Amino acid sequence: MTRIWKFGSDVDTDQIVPGRYAPYMRPVEDVGTAAFIEAHPEFNKNACPGDIIVAGENFGCGSSREYAVLALKNRAVAVIIAHSFARIFYRNAVNLGMALIEAPDLVDNLQDGDDCQLDLPSGRLTVNGQIFDLPVFSPFTEAIVTAGGVIPYIQKFGVLPGEKPED
Amino acid sequence: MGQTLSEQIFSNAAGRTVSPGEIVVIRPDVVMSHDSLTPGIIRILADQFGQTSVYDPDQLVFVIDHVAPASTVGTADAQYIVRAFARQNHIRLFDVGRGICHQVLVEEKIARPGTIVLGADSHSTSYGSVGAFGTGMGSTDVAVVWATGKTWLRVPETLRILVHGRFQPGVTAKDLALKIGRQITISGATYMAIEYHGLEWLSLPGRQTLASMAVELGAKAGLVPPSGDVLDRFDVPDWLYVNPQAQYSRTIEFDLAELGPQIALPHAVDQVVDLSELYGTSISQVFLGTCTNGRYEDFKEAAVILHGKKVSENVRMIITPASQKELLRAMADDTLTTLINAGAVLTSPGCGTCMGRHQGTLGQNDVCLSTGNRNFRGRMGHPDSKIYLVSPAVAAASALSGSISDPRAL
Repeated sequence: MTRIWKFGSDVDTDQIVPGRYAPYMRPVEDVGTAAFIEAHPEFNKNACPGDIIVAGENFGCGSSREYAVLALKNRAVAVIIAHSFARIFYRNAVNLGMALIEAPDLVDNLQDGDDCQLDLPSGRLTVNGQIFDLPVFSPFTEAIVTAGGVIPYIQKFGVLPGEKPED
Repeated sequence: MGQTLSEQIFSNAAGRTVSPGEIVVIRPDVVMSHDSLTPGIIRILADQFGQTSVYDPDQLVFVIDHVAPASTVGTADAQYIVRAFARQNHIRLFDVGRGICHQVLVEEKIARPGTIVLGADSHSTSYGSVGAFGTGMGSTDVAVVWATGKTWLRVPETLRILVHGRFQPGVTAKDLALKIGRQITISGATYMAIEYHGLEWLSLPGRQTLASMAVELGAKAGLVPPSGDVLDRFDVPDWLYVNPQAQYSRTIEFDLAELGPQIALPHAVDQVVDLSELYGTSISQVFLGTCTNGRYEDFKEAAVILHGKKVSENVRMIITPASQKELLRAMADDTLTTLINAGAVLTSPGCGTCMGRHQGTLGQNDVCLSTGNRNFRGRMGHPDSKIYLVSPAVAAASALSGSISDPRAL
């Protein structure tokens, strides 16, 4: 069984991975072990593959460091559901093929430690036996995430997202 | 219908008239990356694109500023990779000691009015100080530009900040930047471009302070319309101008007659109060530097206060010039001598201890008054350490007394 880790608003990238733990300062393979290493030691120690992060407004604000997303991806966080996301974090996550969902009402219904089961393809989240429908992605975002990220997208379609072949 | 500066810049880059909300694929004029992330981008290029060369080397600029000079074997080895890649691909590189990327690109006029400058660094909003569209991106996005010469961008809506009046004595652009955050919050401009109006009189360094902190409001870019100081130094394309018919999603007004010194409390950039609420709070370190406030003018502001005096024995004052040129300016008059005579410690030009990696990392019990742009928990060192954000004048006045003090009282 996977669980929910609930965070507040304005979770910044220094909390997700402090700059002192950047791949520049340590081996890149270790970035997952730095996820929330100081801001949430319990998550850092106990988060399991498939767990879900739920948060308030502006998740991922601050630095452009993509390794904040990479750390959570390497820990196999299944999805992040928040009221809203900071711009660069959102773009970084989509680029790495990681699912982010903006769903304020849903966030308010979810509690830290809740058992959950995610069925992303069918857009369903089961929490303590209750089933929630997830909002759909924009087609633009979905195409990139489905391809597995922006580089797989470019390699598959031969163009950038948003680019017409004749451009 | 008139366009905002961002809409004009995107229309010029796309070769057609574009509107907010549209996604456009463009060739950015400049793609900047620094030592902290460039090794990773080289790796993405090799592992995922299978390339060791870039589409257009002239588009790229590397700056070694984040850990400069190297502090560990790992950072030294990573910098070696960056230098070798730059040499092999004929990419411009500004090495250790030249300065902070955002300062160097303005000094070298690589960031120019009307250009699109992408940076693998969130404070790339700084380039808006000269009327460029500067925005931060992650490593994969930058690798895509290296490989293809192009990127996709959504044309942002524009939020206008309209400023009235002039700064009162002891109050500066940093106080305005903090006040804006206090009012609209850390996410108040998410996905938007900001335009700062009413500041024709503000010098370039003040514009850099404001634009660097646009990202602390969630903004994608923060542009000061080219005027005054910027017109004297840069050529501005004739299509780039403030159109009275431009549509802004929102206008927020600030009256400088009513603005006093501001301070951001640990651990949020928008948790800002009037300085007077914190008078007397003890501090252990003062950090004067960063892309936000590490220029000659900032050093001068501090030197005027510290002239002939000594910083408190309870405080370490670390001064880190934004660039070699700014350091030379501070050496050309008595600014640097005054600061060092007062007890300040000079470090090499660069980012310094802004992200806690070297040259002044904070310990558990440290309380730092920083002229930088971020005070997130643990940013400069131990997660229990505290960072307050202030102007250079407040930093200097507080260094003297060892506790948070008002420069206007001196």
